[in-house]
Amino acid sequence: MSTETVHKAPPPQEDPAALADGWADAYTPEHHVYEPHKVGLPPLGPYLSELWRRREFAVELARTKLQAQHFGTVFGMTWLVLNPLLLAGVYFILIDILRSGDRPPGAFAHLLGSIFAYYLVSDAIRMSSRSVTGGGKLILNTAFPRMLLPLSSVLVSIIRFLPTIAILAIVHIATGRPNGLNMLWAFPVALEMIAFATGASVLVAAAQVYFRDLNNFLPYMLRVWLYVSPVLWQASEVPHGYKWLLYVNPLGPMLTAWNEALNQAIRPGGTWLLLGAGYAIVALVIGGLFFISREREFAVRV
Amino acid sequence: MSTASAPAPAPARAAPPAISVEAVSITYHSSLQARGQQTLVGTLSRLRRRKKIVKQVKAVREVSLEVPRGTVLGIIGANGAGKSTLVRAMAGILPPTSGKIEVHGRVSTLLALGVGFDRKLTGRQNVILGGLAAGLSREQLEGKYAEIVEFAELEEFMDMPMRTYSAGMYGRLAFSVAVNMEPDILLIDEALSVGDAHFKRKSFDKMRELCEAAHTIVLVSHGMRAMRELADEVLWLDKGEMKGYGPPPKIIREYQRFMKVEEDDAVGEEDV
Repeated sequence: MSTETVHKAPPPQEDPAALADGWADAYTPEHHVYEPHKVGLPPLGPYLSELWRRREFAVELARTKLQAQHFGTVFGMTWLVLNPLLLAGVYFILIDILRSGDRPPGAFAHLLGSIFAYYLVSDAIRMSSRSVTGGGKLILNTAFPRMLLPLSSVLVSIIRFLPTIAILAIVHIATGRPNGLNMLWAFPVALEMIAFATGASVLVAAAQVYFRDLNNFLPYMLRVWLYVSPVLWQASEVPHGYKWLLYVNPLGPMLTAWNEALNQAIRPGGTWLLLGAGYAIVALVIGGLFFISREREFAVRV
Repeated sequence: MSTASAPAPAPARAAPPAISVEAVSITYHSSLQARGQQTLVGTLSRLRRRKKIVKQVKAVREVSLEVPRGTVLGIIGANGAGKSTLVRAMAGILPPTSGKIEVHGRVSTLLALGVGFDRKLTGRQNVILGGLAAGLSREQLEGKYAEIVEFAELEEFMDMPMRTYSAGMYGRLAFSVAVNMEPDILLIDEALSVGDAHFKRKSFDKMRELCEAAHTIVLVSHGMRAMRELADEVLWLDKGEMKGYGPPPKIIREYQRFMKVEEDDAVGEEDV
């Protein structure tokens, strides 16, 4: 369906036609037209403008979800910091045992930075996967751009990621890692990761409506993804025969660039930056268009 | 007055109707397996066998009507007649398969399943989320919040999870949110019998008040008494088709005869 919303100033009076228009504008500034979509997609301009107009809903939903996740716990929102710390501790012990205590320089800072970045993406995808199928009543009873549902999950993931930056900074200084202006390259890389996570999240959220098994497969897929991404190992340690993993895995270039900027304070390789941007744009376009083209069916499928 | 036919050309352009439905058909393409079978394995298995399940359900067939501003349109019909589907299409929730729906004004919905409340969240959180989803700004909501709570008479319960609410309390909050969203058009689907007798009376009065303030209401109900009391025109749908349209007493009488229900049958009159 297409929706257009019109906001106009009342016209001059006298002319009957103008009076009718004036009535419409004065009393009903909203005007919606619902028609079958031409080629599966609604007009993208009005859709995106409506999405932006309703952004407060996504923010409020994200805030409510975060509160609900920690409601009734002793530590409450402190879990936002405790969770990633405990996670990093567990993986550090695991890696240390596997490596028999042989740690490359900056191993802990690398592990911490990579695992936080990985969970930024994987949490967004994991939480989004049920955002549409779990929003049944809202979808059946209120007309709004459905993309706000997975976007709120991405927001939750970003909010959970923010406190980890402070932990990263403390560990970075405590372990004597190098500093410099090149560390600022981490910001565009983080944007790439958020854009990729958004595209992948909306894609998975829509796919889950059609394939309810996806949610069962997802934890295993995410676990394998963690192992084939440069999180528990460093890009420089990859044997020559497995270098391709860094290129075909969308998180490969992004996490490599992230670690070069943050952990080594060097300018990330142009290939990593460009490849990461490419993956992010492709995910956003494919995920976004797939979601928008299918969302009118959600009300009959959830 | 609602009208089922296209308006005759007038020398001066009349004010546009609040809702205009032009030859709207809505078909569910249920290539949908049963919900439990919507799985990857099920789909792969079907693809392997090249079996395509396509079942078309024509929920609404070529319905045209106009609802002028400030009138109440009642929609009646047996279960599965397409009433809820048509109302959801007017709200922009379901897209028409063919035809066109034009709506002038802010729409607020009170549909059969509540306003999308999440029972894990508190009443307050649900009111804010529901309002934002419906398109109100945070400032507008803050201004309306006290009014919503006062109308629902749930002041002491707003910070409690809605899973602790009774069905009546749930319905009262849903009704209060819907009518206090400053709607130009209110779409109500089988949600009139909310709360106790006191609140039922209050909700009827509120709807009359909205009508007097030139708001437009589309009301789906099996309660014929409510239809007689509130509707200006009644649309009777049967298997998605327009079976009758006109003044409530006449259309309700025809409908009751068709359904083989006595006109003075108290059960048929109630909002259930």
